[in-house]
Amino acid sequence: MIIIALIEFLKKHLRLVIWICAILLALLVVGDFFLVDKEHAHTKPEHWLGFWSGFGFIACLLIIFVSKWYGHLGIMKREDYYGDE
Amino acid sequence: MAMSELWIHPSVILLVGALLVPFVRGKARSALLLGIPLLAFARIASLAHGTFGTVQFLDWTLTFGRVDKLSQVFGYIMGLMCVLGSFYGMHVKRAADHSAAWCYVAGSLGVIYAGDYLVLFLFWELMAFSSVFLIWLRGSKTSQGTGYRYLMVHVVGGLCLLGGIILRYQATGGDYSFGLVDVAHPDLSTWLILIGFLLNAAVPPFHGWLPDAYSGATVTGSVFLCAFTTKTAIYALCRGFAGMEILLPLGVIMAIYGVVYAVLENDSRKLLAYHIISQVGYMVAGVGIGTQMAINGACAHAFAHILYKGLLFMGTGSVLMMTGKSKFTELGGLYKKMPWAFAFTLIGGLSISAFPLFSGFVSKSMIVAAGFEEHKNTWAFLLMLASAGTFLHTGLKVPYFIWFGKNNCSKETWDLAKDPPWNMIAAMAIMSFFCIFIGCYTPYLYQMLPHQPVDYHPYTAYHVSETLQILLFTAVGFFLFVKKLVPTPTISLDVDWLYRMSGRAVRWIATKPLQAVDTWVSEGYRVFGLVWLVVSAKASAAFDWNVIDGVVDGLARTVRSSGDRIRHLQTAQLQVNLFSAVAMMVVLLIFVMVSLR
Repeated sequence: MIIIALIEFLKKHLRLVIWICAILLALLVVGDFFLVDKEHAHTKPEHWLGFWSGFGFIACLLIIFVSKWYGHLGIMKREDYYGDE
Repeated sequence: MAMSELWIHPSVILLVGALLVPFVRGKARSALLLGIPLLAFARIASLAHGTFGTVQFLDWTLTFGRVDKLSQVFGYIMGLMCVLGSFYGMHVKRAADHSAAWCYVAGSLGVIYAGDYLVLFLFWELMAFSSVFLIWLRGSKTSQGTGYRYLMVHVVGGLCLLGGIILRYQATGGDYSFGLVDVAHPDLSTWLILIGFLLNAAVPPFHGWLPDAYSGATVTGSVFLCAFTTKTAIYALCRGFAGMEILLPLGVIMAIYGVVYAVLENDSRKLLAYHIISQVGYMVAGVGIGTQMAINGACAHAFAHILYKGLLFMGTGSVLMMTGKSKFTELGGLYKKMPWAFAFTLIGGLSISAFPLFSGFVSKSMIVAAGFEEHKNTWAFLLMLASAGTFLHTGLKVPYFIWFGKNNCSKETWDLAKDPPWNMIAAMAIMSFFCIFIGCYTPYLYQMLPHQPVDYHPYTAYHVSETLQILLFTAVGFFLFVKKLVPTPTISLDVDWLYRMSGRAVRWIATKPLQAVDTWVSEGYRVFGLVWLVVSAKASAAFDWNVIDGVVDGLARTVRSSGDRIRHLQTAQLQVNLFSAVAMMVVLLIFVMVSLR
């Protein structure tokens, strides 16, 4: 099965895959800064180097940590909380 | 089309089909399950624009067939989804599953083509009363309760809607046509109608029914449920409430709310249900912005959403069907066992996350761009933030914790796991094709949108770069903090807590305080009766025994014990009665609708 073979191949070369991903991410940030036309940007900060990269990363952390904090306020309960209705 | 010709409503085809299913078996059943939805879809595609299907009923003229650009884009996608959903569920032997699903779709199409509030209300209720069977048919320990909660909430929503329609009818001196309301000067009737619509769109605080019901329905039932109720409500909002300002903040709150709960969720189908709330939030926000571009965006996103969300429910549904499990804490590492289900779920995940070349990219961004164009920058940035959450959960968390991650499968689960039957795989493959096709060839979807010409180009260097950065750096965050995201065997309290606990409160009052009063009264009689009322002690005791106990204790005992008994004895009867009522309604509708012109 080609899907399984591909996954196994990627898993076998995990370090290499991570390096390639890191290089691609760096290229994306740099390429965005030098090559992409920012005429249609809506606000000033969007012209900064890697603005949307930082936005994505911080958004991700905010969502994880704020949600977890909220969940631990007493929102998360044991599975049998409602009994068996 | 000449006015004297019969006008066949697409819903009639599905309703007749729903009545036929139980009487057809074997190969003929398979042919019916493919043929009826295809026929309905073909009928939708062939509809000419105009007003058709008017019926004189008492003093009212009912309009069943208003066909224009807006109703057609929704009709088209509902018809297509019905074809693919029925194909996905073709292996299901029980006829009731198919009948309920088709009645439900017929209800949705009836709302979409309704020209007035009376016809809209009729089909609105048909949707609620037929879809509840998709939950009950799951037949699990909890599905009865889930179904009743679902029905109760929708009956209340329907009553709000009806109240609004009646008030509006009186206030306007007999106007019951369904069109754009005066969104700048809403009165009570406007609010009531809006609440009816918002409840079906699952806008907080009216959203508690959705995750509760969609995670508890049958495998194929959820595939249908995730498409029709909320998106039919979006159609109604586009038609009636475009530009209503409060919808923008409500939509943004929805988009974020769903994302927050998705972090906490352990059940894969409930996680997807929370992401319906999140995605429908974009559409509600689009309706709130109300410009032509925003309405186009809301319609485009509804169209794309129905396909990728259906695909996601198909993928996780096949895991549930094969293994009997849907919780991350009972799954994991399944890529070797269910590679196709993985691949298709991933395509659904990339589509909902709005990756370039996938459907969400060309639809979601239209709403956000409309927000920026109207200088609603804060709201638009918040929508961008929510889209990071979408990828975090549906694109990463769902595939990772089912097909990779720690293997939490029991030996039984592991042995049962394999790819689902061919029809389910084929349905997922077709859905995946549409998700990619819409993302790659924009004119297919854009030509159907209500406001033409569509002057929007998603594939600019800036937009592609912006999207890739947000998504890929979200992925970085995911893999760095994956330990934080490991699901736990918990549930999360939501607004459904209010009505789930209020039922318990009634039972508690019936048992605890009433019993306490009874004991207290008896005790009082015993103590004071002995000292002060020796003579009348006998009489008091008799009074206590016969009257007080009879009233107080008897009441408490009855409510406590018969509450349970009635629930189990009468639910069966109530379900049968409801089933008969829906069947009667379907027959009556067919009779009325076959004579439409």
